[in-house]
Amino acid sequence: MRTILYILQKEFILVFRDKTMLPMIFFMPIIQLIILVNAATFEMKKIDMVVLDQDMSSTSRKLISKFGGAPFYVIKTRTFSAQEAEDALKDNTADLVLKIPANFERDLIRNDKANVQLLINAIDAVAAGLINAYSTNIISDFNKDVLAEWHDLNQMNVDLPLDVSYRYWFNPTLEYKIYMLPGILMILVTIIGMFLSALNIVREKELGTIEQINVTPIRKHHFIIGKLLPFLIIAMFELAFGLIAGRLLFDQPIVGSLFVLFTMAFIYLLVALGFGLFLSTISNNQQQVMFTIFFFLLVFILMSGIFTPVESMPEWAQHVNIINPFKYFIRVLRMIMLKGSGFTDMMKELVSLSIYGLIILSLAVWRYRKTV
Amino acid sequence: MHESIQVKNITKTYDKVIALNSINFEVEKGELFGLIGPDGAGKTTLLRILTSLLVPDSGEAFMNGYHVVKDYKTIRNIAGYMPGRFSLYQDLTVEENLEFFATTFGTTISENYDLIKDIYIQIEPFKTRLAGRLSGGMKQKLALSCALIHKPEILVLDEPTTGVDAVSRKEFWEMLIRLKNQGITIIVSTPYMDEAGMCDRVALMQKGDILQIDTPEDIAGQFAKKVFAVKAENVYNLLRDIQAFEHTHSVYPFGEYLHYISKTTSNIKEELSNYLDSKNHKSVKIMTVKPDIEDCFMELMTKTVNNGE
Repeated sequence: MRTILYILQKEFILVFRDKTMLPMIFFMPIIQLIILVNAATFEMKKIDMVVLDQDMSSTSRKLISKFGGAPFYVIKTRTFSAQEAEDALKDNTADLVLKIPANFERDLIRNDKANVQLLINAIDAVAAGLINAYSTNIISDFNKDVLAEWHDLNQMNVDLPLDVSYRYWFNPTLEYKIYMLPGILMILVTIIGMFLSALNIVREKELGTIEQINVTPIRKHHFIIGKLLPFLIIAMFELAFGLIAGRLLFDQPIVGSLFVLFTMAFIYLLVALGFGLFLSTISNNQQQVMFTIFFFLLVFILMSGIFTPVESMPEWAQHVNIINPFKYFIRVLRMIMLKGSGFTDMMKELVSLSIYGLIILSLAVWRYRKTV
Repeated sequence: MHESIQVKNITKTYDKVIALNSINFEVEKGELFGLIGPDGAGKTTLLRILTSLLVPDSGEAFMNGYHVVKDYKTIRNIAGYMPGRFSLYQDLTVEENLEFFATTFGTTISENYDLIKDIYIQIEPFKTRLAGRLSGGMKQKLALSCALIHKPEILVLDEPTTGVDAVSRKEFWEMLIRLKNQGITIIVSTPYMDEAGMCDRVALMQKGDILQIDTPEDIAGQFAKKVFAVKAENVYNLLRDIQAFEHTHSVYPFGEYLHYISKTTSNIKEELSNYLDSKNHKSVKIMTVKPDIEDCFMELMTKTVNNGE
């Protein structure tokens, strides 16, 4: 026990004597948090739109003004040339082209049916989906107006027997930031913890200090614990720091209990840092370990469900994802912070992470060789 | 049991390179034993095996009766090891390093202060300085203190004086002799022949083999041939000319002189002097010298190289 304490003390001295450490722990995450949470958003702020009105009727103008009056939509140009409209899409000056064919009003009156076309720039598939959804909403709204106008006003609701009303639970205003913040926070905490722990043993190997450690009677698991704890403490601190920043800067709600949050974070960090330590024991230099970590980080982050829902991945990918610690923790963080879940709601994640941590730490202890 | 270190048929290969080729030797208790040899002779490999950092391919080694593979836990308590590369924490101060290694052995500085006092007292004024900012000589002293802090029975030193100035080297060897006098067995490797004379016994190593083991005096005494120190104005041309000389057995630089050994047994000096005159060398000086361990080593090396070809 005394040995562990001394290793801890030594690690802390070494970490904080490194002049780049403090800014790395304090400023980097805050700056990243501010930039990423504000930038990594799917919300539509502005949809540049080109209107191709070949009908020029009062009905078509009404539809256009409906778009013009909606938030986000900015009508950049009105044109009669299909060529010009498509060109605008091609050179990225427009996100959306609304094409109203000639005889739109006539068809509508005569046949009770008319067509409009939306051309959406789908370079960014997510944005395209959102534009589609928004636009369809506006058009269906317009439909209702038309119906109301042409038929007896009282019949207005008769045509729509199902009245769907919806509320978004846990994030009623669909505020994107409070959904992204837990994810970005997790990435930051993980990167700090994982890199510090992974680079550490390898650094001792490079400097040769491990040689002197190896001839001492230090027990393997003491050494690993001594390496794990300091970075775990730093990462937990980082998390607290990020939460406070999130609270102050973004009004991030934390519905659940902080105790649950930090307990889960502790278990998660055992996994993340254990992963780093394990990679550290099997690598010979910092370059090797950096590349391996980048490989795993990239795969883990993109498959974690931060940006795209895990459920929409192909089945094999979801199986692969079992080994993705990020997947568990991102769910846990969002459940606690947005939904207020307790341990019982997250039994699966709790058990999975605990088993994972046990395995990866045992592997790290086993792989750390005092003899070469 | 008088043997402190026993090495029996130790063999170690890296891929296909033989680092140690069935090595045998014994070191007595309280002996200062030197491993002398050029880089790549296998000295470090041997010391790493003795300190349980490496596992030999075959053969056995014992330190104070403990098997270096099976009893590695005991080995780590009884052996003090100072690696060839400075392996202390550069970002910790002198005192922090010493304290840290004391704790890893479950002891404290004050408990074994007696043993390291002589050495530590010299670096104590700098105890709050980071180890990375120490001079080469002070680093060695700190490393030695750290290797001694748990009162080891056997001290294993891998090229402790490489990269250290001449004065510090001398001081360092004086410290080793003081430690030896306290009953600690010391095995030390060095590429410097002049340091071999400080050891009780030395093993001359080359390419994984031990060429000879004896006291430095006996090794030098066994040397049968006469050695001449030669000097002239242009040493480079001198070396090339002597190499071309028909009677030359071997010639190699030795300090400011060249050491010359002839194939013939009589009139060596005259023959060489005449030859050098014919080559127009100026202010030629030739004198007989007592062969020392370096001459023996060079001789042994030429022998093995010739046998090998």
